[in-house]
Amino acid sequence: MIEVRNLVKKYGTHLAVDHLDFKIESGRIYGFLGPNGAGKSTTMNIMTGYLGATEGEVLIDGHDILKEPEEAKRHIGYLPEQPPLYVDMTVREYLEFAAELKGIPKAKREEEITEIEKLVKIKDVEHRLIKNLSKGYRQRVGLAQAVLGFPEIIILDEPSVGLDPKQIIEIRELIRKLAKNHTVILSSHILAEVREVCDYILIISKGKLVASDTPENLEKMLGEHNSVEIETEASPAEVRLILKNVPGIECVETQETGDGLTQAKITEKKGEDIRERVFTAFASAKTPLLTLKAAGMTLEDVFMELTQSDTVPDAFISGTKWEEAGTDAGDL
Amino acid sequence: MLAIYKRELRSYFQSMVGCVFVAFLIAFTGIYFMAYNLVSGYPYFSYTLSGSLIVFIVGIPLITMRSFSEERRNRTDQLLLTAPVSLGKVVMGKYLAMVTVIAIPNVIFCIFPLIIKSQGTAYLTVDYISIGVFFLLGCVYAAIGMFLSSLTESQMIAFISTFGILLVLYLWDGILSMLPVSAVSGLAGILILLSIAAFYIWHMTGNALISGAVEIIGAAAAVIVFVVKRELYENLLTNLLGRLALADVFTDITENSIVDVTGIALYLSVIVVFVFLTVQSIQKRRWS
Repeated sequence: MIEVRNLVKKYGTHLAVDHLDFKIESGRIYGFLGPNGAGKSTTMNIMTGYLGATEGEVLIDGHDILKEPEEAKRHIGYLPEQPPLYVDMTVREYLEFAAELKGIPKAKREEEITEIEKLVKIKDVEHRLIKNLSKGYRQRVGLAQAVLGFPEIIILDEPSVGLDPKQIIEIRELIRKLAKNHTVILSSHILAEVREVCDYILIISKGKLVASDTPENLEKMLGEHNSVEIETEASPAEVRLILKNVPGIECVETQETGDGLTQAKITEKKGEDIRERVFTAFASAKTPLLTLKAAGMTLEDVFMELTQSDTVPDAFISGTKWEEAGTDAGDL
Repeated sequence: MLAIYKRELRSYFQSMVGCVFVAFLIAFTGIYFMAYNLVSGYPYFSYTLSGSLIVFIVGIPLITMRSFSEERRNRTDQLLLTAPVSLGKVVMGKYLAMVTVIAIPNVIFCIFPLIIKSQGTAYLTVDYISIGVFFLLGCVYAAIGMFLSSLTESQMIAFISTFGILLVLYLWDGILSMLPVSAVSGLAGILILLSIAAFYIWHMTGNALISGAVEIIGAAAAVIVFVVKRELYENLLTNLLGRLALADVFTDITENSIVDVTGIALYLSVIVVFVFLTVQSIQKRRWS
């Protein structure tokens, strides 16, 4: 569907996009995740044909966006970071203009605009000037413009920025609704959003693709070093003594809480499950455990680890093999 | 292209810029018309029109300043450039909208010679040709203004630079009389122009080899011609740069009733060149 091959974009000497390579399959929601300035918007701008690339190519349904731009752009609807609105037009006028620009046949135009206005809930403001609309409505008008013509691929750059929580939930629902018939690619620097909405995550840092997989797999991959969190009334020294002879433990961190309890985080060695052993050890020492729970690595941890360190764990690079990844996600 | 054309045209009249331009040009010409043709009884409308040329110098930048700078500032160019429309069509749509705005007062001007005729003798051929050339000159100015607008994000800068260039072109005859006429200075002028062209090629393509080759081959050719046929360079600067006095074609008609067909060809080529340069400057920004 979309193939990005060896994409490079340089601004002078600054390398904004550094040899990106990925493939987007149809019918899923993809999330571009990365800290600010990671190259998400630049990549999207190149994919939609707004910017040229220094090197590499982007194929949209087999059409190179740089060589056959008109054919390739027909398959894409794009909502840039700042919605491209003509503020001196009314919503309806603007959408009519966008529809004509996208070459939607005149007979279908009116009907389709009305349909989309209902979809993004802007029907009641259609005769108002865009300059008098609030940020949330403007964002929706921008979204309506991207959806016009129902292109196969809809690319949204930070669609929920500047919206209130209710609007964010609405826009997420809308994205899910759209994903039934379209491929949606959205970018965000907010993890929770991407995890909630997307089937597949591409993490970009400093212009490079550092990981790409389903949210679950990403968590699982670093989750190999699981840890167990316990809470007990014994002192930290006693806890360490009890755990001393339990096999399979990598390290123990203890912490005293104010109310006389001790919390400990026990990291397992790779591939071990120590929960039973910990329980038995404490039981035989007649020290009751108040809490025992397994804690995996969260997506937050993965994200922080990937975008802040310069070296990337091998596990994530292999995660970019698409054939395997595709089958994984198919089960979900 | 039609979509962009319609939107632009509507926006000109919604934002009042188009109305102000049309009203200003007609009011100004109306005053001249009354003074020259009605009160003094001079039978040529073309003479009146030559007085209105100065309005173009302020009015055209007003029309062109927003064309691309505003799109860029509001990021609406992202909509146009990601739509399945080629860049050439985007530029042409906008340009034709400007041309239409300029055409409106010119169509109204067509009534004025008839008013003269109803009062006595009128020279309709000269008058209508001059209206046509006046309109064409407006199109030339609009192409220049559009190009300058595509270079910047600020409509103020676009306005001032267009106004400045149009003013210099307007005063070009006077500036020209100060240029040296000797053969050596002709050669120097050619070399300077060549270097500017080479620098522009380098700036656009980033290819030092091509621009260097253009510079060296061009300079060698210029020097050889200078050695072989020195007299060619005499008055060269004045002749060459004299062509830049674009309004001369128009004033020839209004003052002497001489229609210079090559001048009209010059107008059309200047339009083509600047529309092309506008496309190129937008392309360049996409790639840099």
